Amino acid sequence: MPEGPGEGTAGSSAKRTTKKANSHDFVEGDCYAPAPENTDHVSLKRSYDLFIGGKWVRAPKKFETINPATEEVIAEVGEAGPKMVNRAVGAARDAYEKTWSKMPGRERGKYLYRLARLIQERSREFAVVETMDGGKPIRESRDIDLPLVAAHFFYYAGWADKLEYAFPGRKARPLGVAGQIIPWNFPLLMAAWKLAPALAAGNTVVLKPAETTPLTALLLAELIEEADFPPGVVNVITGAGRTGQNLVQHEGIDKVAFTGSTAVGKLIQKTLAGTGKRFTLELGGKAANIIFDDAPINQAVEGIVNGIFFNQGHVCCAGSRLFVQEGLVDTVVRKLKRRMESLVLGDPLDKNTDIGAINSPEQLTRIQGLVDSGREQGAKCWQSSQKIPGKGNWFKPTIFTDCAQSHRIVQEEVFGPVLAVQSFRTPEEALEKANNTPYGLSGGVWTDKGSKIFKITSQLRAGVLWANTFNKFDPSSPFGGYKESGMGREGGLHGLGAYVQLSGR
Amino acid sequence: MSTPPIFPDLRILSTIDQVGVEERAQRFQARSIKKESKLSALKLAITMLDVTTLEGKDSPGKVRQMCAKAMRPLPEDPSIGPASAVCVYPRLVRVAKEAVGESGVKVASVATAFPSGQSRMKERLSEIRYAVGAGADEIDMVISRGKLLHGEFRGIFDEVVRCKEACGEAHLKVILETGELQTYDTVRVASEIAMAAGADFIKTSTGKVQPAATLPVTLVMLEAIQDFHDRTGRMVGMKPAGGIGNAKLALQYLVMVKETLGKAWLTKEKFRFGASSLTNDLLMQIRKQQTGRYQSADYFSKD
Repeated sequence: MPEGPGEGTAGSSAKRTTKKANSHDFVEGDCYAPAPENTDHVSLKRSYDLFIGGKWVRAPKKFETINPATEEVIAEVGEAGPKMVNRAVGAARDAYEKTWSKMPGRERGKYLYRLARLIQERSREFAVVETMDGGKPIRESRDIDLPLVAAHFFYYAGWADKLEYAFPGRKARPLGVAGQIIPWNFPLLMAAWKLAPALAAGNTVVLKPAETTPLTALLLAELIEEADFPPGVVNVITGAGRTGQNLVQHEGIDKVAFTGSTAVGKLIQKTLAGTGKRFTLELGGKAANIIFDDAPINQAVEGIVNGIFFNQGHVCCAGSRLFVQEGLVDTVVRKLKRRMESLVLGDPLDKNTDIGAINSPEQLTRIQGLVDSGREQGAKCWQSSQKIPGKGNWFKPTIFTDCAQSHRIVQEEVFGPVLAVQSFRTPEEALEKANNTPYGLSGGVWTDKGSKIFKITSQLRAGVLWANTFNKFDPSSPFGGYKESGMGREGGLHGLGAYVQLSGR
Repeated sequence: MSTPPIFPDLRILSTIDQVGVEERAQRFQARSIKKESKLSALKLAITMLDVTTLEGKDSPGKVRQMCAKAMRPLPEDPSIGPASAVCVYPRLVRVAKEAVGESGVKVASVATAFPSGQSRMKERLSEIRYAVGAGADEIDMVISRGKLLHGEFRGIFDEVVRCKEACGEAHLKVILETGELQTYDTVRVASEIAMAAGADFIKTSTGKVQPAATLPVTLVMLEAIQDFHDRTGRMVGMKPAGGIGNAKLALQYLVMVKETLGKAWLTKEKFRFGASSLTNDLLMQIRKQQTGRYQSADYFSKD
């Protein structure tokens, strides 16, 4: 039987023939020899329960979580029904009233610092699990996700005993119990973004990780246990959309923090209308990345790649619309294609992998559908020539040229490694097209001229803007969107503000 | 070249973002080269060496020893090497030429008032002619960095054109001395001028100024070579020199070449390492790959 296209997945290396082994020659080979990250130090359980009130509680129903690169089942996790949600909210309320909100900020800070250090100690293990469960390259989970996770806890740990300085002249009180629903693209990082400010301000939390990527949140719950947090301060319940819905609708929560799709965000907003619950929503995006003709071109091309192919394009702030000044389009597209050919696609656990697996078959179908629509609507499609492994969910880095504003691939969020390239002639035209979208999460500007950076960014309607770089994050910098990209900010002092109520002294 | 070189239009050069270049260079360092890929890259690196000695105390004896090592880096294994060239001062070219004989190892000579270039053009050109006359296959010239920083781009262009003429059949490597140019934008301009004036190779450093070769500055030059090739179709070679002291770093350079210019540049005709102490670490790592064990430094000849 002929093998599927390309290398087999990690499991089938024994079948490799001599001829294939030769293909790792440094010059003539089509890829580097495999350099898999060591996974010996990772010990996962077969089955995980729900973390409620400081205890592991058995859920009546379980579901499996799958490695998107190998299609193998990694573990099974509990599915929290209404009863479990109720129990988790109750535990959080108890912890809020009895311990956490009464504890001096300095003491809360100690717990957060301890957690941050524990994350640093175990970051290798967490990075491997993040990659196995979600499909992102180990290079990214190791070098980007995990360091940022620890940084977020360290940052907000510092605010815990300084709330009165954070909001001068006013008294900051916690809100109560926060229901937090996080997405599958940065599972642990989004948990950190949400947990750290909430806990620092004195709130307690019920956290629901995404259905396809629950494992690192559960490992984090184990660390929270190890750090000896009072029971119920953090509760982690796993499940699908319905679990999230139950959590949002629960009367016992005071605040909802959601990161995910715009459609679900709107639904949440409808549910919450009139309830008095606070909320922050971090939703979709369709960021414009604008390259002026005086830009540092080679670095801009690298920025385009980091903008759209980072985490397989599963990034809400991905630079998915590229605007290039007309005279430069051919050069940029030529260089971009060449660079795309040098990206390594394959086993996410391989240290050389740049493009990992698509998170789920559903997402793969959605990406494929939008790419088909791009072709049908007349945009020109180009894909790099990497081979796709036989098993798992994969999508080649893809760009569309000759795009029009009216094309679906320009209008809709793909959430995959697909870039739409458009041209512009004047700065005004670039601005008009860039702002002509229902979204407004992020954007990028590339030019050597400082004054142009300020002129353009001050008129771009997006919450996060980068100049001569893209997809850079820091805990001290607020993150969030305009229009359909959401409301409220996470990160920085703004992110802390979303978890307190302020009053006069 | 048949047509006379034309001074390049410097306005078409893209600017360089320092943060972006350094970040990109770091990505190459994160590559993990193992097993067969590693062994073949290490062997390749040996064949790209310009084994160098450029000291006041250099003598015919020292040069002959170095030539022996360049021709047969690992005495017991003829499949390793030879190095591409030996690089010496003009006065020792004849000795080196005699020592390498018909082995295929080239003799390169620094010239043009190396390392500062602070001499009259007349003397600098006659130094090239002297070295070529003594048998040098390749000339490593220095440019007048003072002039370049003063903005006399045309002057630098003319200097390289005249040195190229003086070389005749010998290949010309143009040393930019990037440690003195300091900004990546200046390195970019200097690379363009040198290539347009007829350089066969552009080279980072003399090895006498710190910093010498770095990954980011080499990346800037590789990208200049790529842009020049896109525009003119001519393939200019690259030689980072100085500071590449171990095999790990050498492999990072090769990864960078592979992933920017591609495999067409992964030959000794288009890529060289200027190094005096890299050889033995490469050999040690080759042995480690072959046997799974490190051997003591005493098992590798020090020449």
